[in-house]
Amino acid sequence: MGARGSRAGGGGRARSAGMEAERPSELAAAGSPGPGAALELDADEDDLEVFSKDASLTDINSFSPMMPTSPLSMINQIKFEDESDLKDLFITVDEPESHVTTIETFITYRIITKTSRGEFDSSEFEVRRRYQDFLWLKGKLEEAHPTLIIPPLPEKFIVKGMVERFNDDFIETRRKALHKFLNRIADHPTLTFNEDFKVFLTAQAWELSSHKKQGPGLLSRMGQTVRAVASSLRGVKNRPEDFMEMNHFIEIFSQKINLIDKISQRIYKEEREYFDEMKEYGPIHVLWSASEEDLADPLKGIASCIEECCTAIEKRMSGLSEAVLPVMHEYVLYGDVLMGVMKRRDQIQAELDSRVEALTYRKADADLLTEEIGKLEDKVECANNALRADWERWKQNMQSDIKSAFADMAEENVHYYEQCLATWESFLTSQTDLHLEEDSEDRL
Amino acid sequence: MEQAPPDPERQLQPASLEPLGRPDDDDLEAAVSEEAEGAQEEGSGVDTMTENNFSLKKIEISVSEAEKRTGRNAVNMQETYTAYLIETRSVEHADGQSVLTDSLWRRYSEFELLRNYLLVCYPHIVVPPLPEKRAEFVWHKLSADNMDPDFVERRRIGLENFLLRVASHPILCRDKIFYLFLTQEGNWKETVNETGFQLKADSRLKALNATFRVKNPDKRFTELKHYSDELQSVVSHLLRVRARVADRLYGVYKVHGNYGRVFSEWSAIEKEMGDGLQSAGHHMDVYASSIDDILEDEEHYADQLKEYLFYAEALRAVCRKHELMQYDLETAAQDLASKKQQCEELATGTVRTFSLKGMTTKLFGQEAPEQREARIKVLEEQISEGEQQLKSKNTEGREFVKNAWADIERFKEQKNRDLKEALISYAVMQISMCRKGIQVWTNAKECFSKM
Repeated sequence: MGARGSRAGGGGRARSAGMEAERPSELAAAGSPGPGAALELDADEDDLEVFSKDASLTDINSFSPMMPTSPLSMINQIKFEDESDLKDLFITVDEPESHVTTIETFITYRIITKTSRGEFDSSEFEVRRRYQDFLWLKGKLEEAHPTLIIPPLPEKFIVKGMVERFNDDFIETRRKALHKFLNRIADHPTLTFNEDFKVFLTAQAWELSSHKKQGPGLLSRMGQTVRAVASSLRGVKNRPEDFMEMNHFIEIFSQKINLIDKISQRIYKEEREYFDEMKEYGPIHVLWSASEEDLADPLKGIASCIEECCTAIEKRMSGLSEAVLPVMHEYVLYGDVLMGVMKRRDQIQAELDSRVEALTYRKADADLLTEEIGKLEDKVECANNALRADWERWKQNMQSDIKSAFADMAEENVHYYEQCLATWESFLTSQTDLHLEEDSEDRL
Repeated sequence: MEQAPPDPERQLQPASLEPLGRPDDDDLEAAVSEEAEGAQEEGSGVDTMTENNFSLKKIEISVSEAEKRTGRNAVNMQETYTAYLIETRSVEHADGQSVLTDSLWRRYSEFELLRNYLLVCYPHIVVPPLPEKRAEFVWHKLSADNMDPDFVERRRIGLENFLLRVASHPILCRDKIFYLFLTQEGNWKETVNETGFQLKADSRLKALNATFRVKNPDKRFTELKHYSDELQSVVSHLLRVRARVADRLYGVYKVHGNYGRVFSEWSAIEKEMGDGLQSAGHHMDVYASSIDDILEDEEHYADQLKEYLFYAEALRAVCRKHELMQYDLETAAQDLASKKQQCEELATGTVRTFSLKGMTTKLFGQEAPEQREARIKVLEEQISEGEQQLKSKNTEGREFVKNAWADIERFKEQKNRDLKEALISYAVMQISMCRKGIQVWTNAKECFSKM
């Protein structure tokens, strides 16, 4: 089968690659081709990782290329794999720090990784990375897995409203997004075992620099891009039906999520302005109470109710900015990611199509072409299957994320109104109680 | 006095006022009767026409309709204005049934005329204010257009409130011009003008002058003036900020409506999530549209505050009148004192005060004893007249202060009652808004969880 795997040493427990019921030996969690060790089938079925050796299959699949499985079984497997009690890689991104050199100023983020996996030399790592490094990682992942859905990175620059590139809110938002980015990769059944990912998490600065210099150079990558643009159009024509549907979904989804993102941001803005006005509104009642004797009590009461409502508004706003805004924004970025994935798939298909065309017109040596076509057919099938599987996984996650985000938003709003209700009701009770007291006093 | 057709939008209820000397009346109706003459009031020397037509009848007044009209104005140009239908019903004591006795149309300018008349003829009374002439403190959705139906509706309510306040005032309710306003459609304007009240009005300049120069106004009025300035300033500020808060709140609610539309479009491509999105979207629409009613209710609260904002001006008017009278008194006293002194000097021959006569005497020599006698006589007459006037001015002044202060006390109680009620109604509105919010978002949450 030509599959190789590396085995976790000694005490570490490698992540289970699949369900016990299936054929464990064929289920692979992929990594980039490396100096792999020979496959060691252990009695303990847990640690089985199979790496694809064939470099021409630039897409590394969760499954052996020889055994395409139905998307449905893939879903089951993926669900199983994402269960948190199997999680053995924990990553946090924190402590942004500013660095000043003669050439530039930049921010680094501290990344702490805790893991029980054997292939990691230690169980805990702490490194510092800057945004550029994240970009590098994303690029490498896309290269290695062109039809997998690589999580999006936060934007390089925010276009509007940015006065200072490094203001606190911007940095905090970015930090959270970077944290999400790395964790999504860690949770992905395939990407989590990517070698560059491991290097990113563990290497010291100089190690990372030298590692980055390996691999295909800039010029060759540029060449790829040019070919890609030219050929991707062709791939669209022969796109299988389910990918046509997928593409349609992606288009509409992108549109809608963009709108949702804008709406959510707008709501946040309106709430902030509402808060500002309410902050001014309350104290006027106190001011008024200074010139009134009989009305001082209810006026002060109202002022304090308004103050409490202000606190409630703030809480609602912070809930929104935690639960909803980052999620919507991430999915806006996912829209671009998905379109990129579609393009790359189309491109791979286009390569095949052009060869097939060439064969038809006998443009070159038939035997050579036939062999090439065979390989490309495999490549296309891999790519398609990889995408199909990852698509289902992505959709599931998306639905769950969106559902959570909106459910949280609704919850925040319910809490907000409950809090306000309580304060106004208690004010009302105090006033009507007083009224009854006064009445009974009058009668005495 | 009760408003006849129960208006669900009405938040305002003028306090039930008893004419002085009457026992507490359970049904919020001010019975205007001959018995209520406890404090027969003549005002500061101006004849007020009272009418005893109301014997033992209860009256209900309502401004029930508003209608757009076109007509020609004073310079014969076409204009559009709104006319308001005023209906008066009398309720017979015995069976409590109400019978429509009068019904006529009036426009805003006629209300203004009535009020100006009352201001001049009852300067010691805190005359109820009219609703605003032009829409102020508007927030973006509200129109500043006088012809806007919402504005007209709120004005209709305000005008009704004005009439009810006048009708339930123990003194104002008995004014004949007021009675005619309710009953005599044609020629009412002429009738008012014929009273010549405009001539009795104090000039602005005189009043301003008095305010600056008066030396010993009653302390209570000075305090009242300060109070009314503060009231005006703080309530204006409150209304301004409230309008801005309303604007912002409107924004928050309405933006959520966009969710509804987008969710609906999105649900078209979703299989599992589609239904949940669709129904959640519906709730977002409900939420967004709920703000309209909420803010309309709040507008009535704002109107209640506005009434007292305008009342501040009425308070100041009473203070100004007092200052004017006091200044008048002080001037008359001063005049008298100087005349007395002059007289004394002439009689004794000493010149202590500067006078033109004294100067000329010095320059041209003493005058003849006959001339001096003549002048002393004139002065003595003037002094005697002056003393009479001063006495009556003093009495007038004291009467004014007494009566004005009685009305101010009445006003204060009314204000405290009304404003407290308004503040409580504000809390009630907030509670209702919160309850609606909880309901909508709980429903939405359910939809989201089922997605």
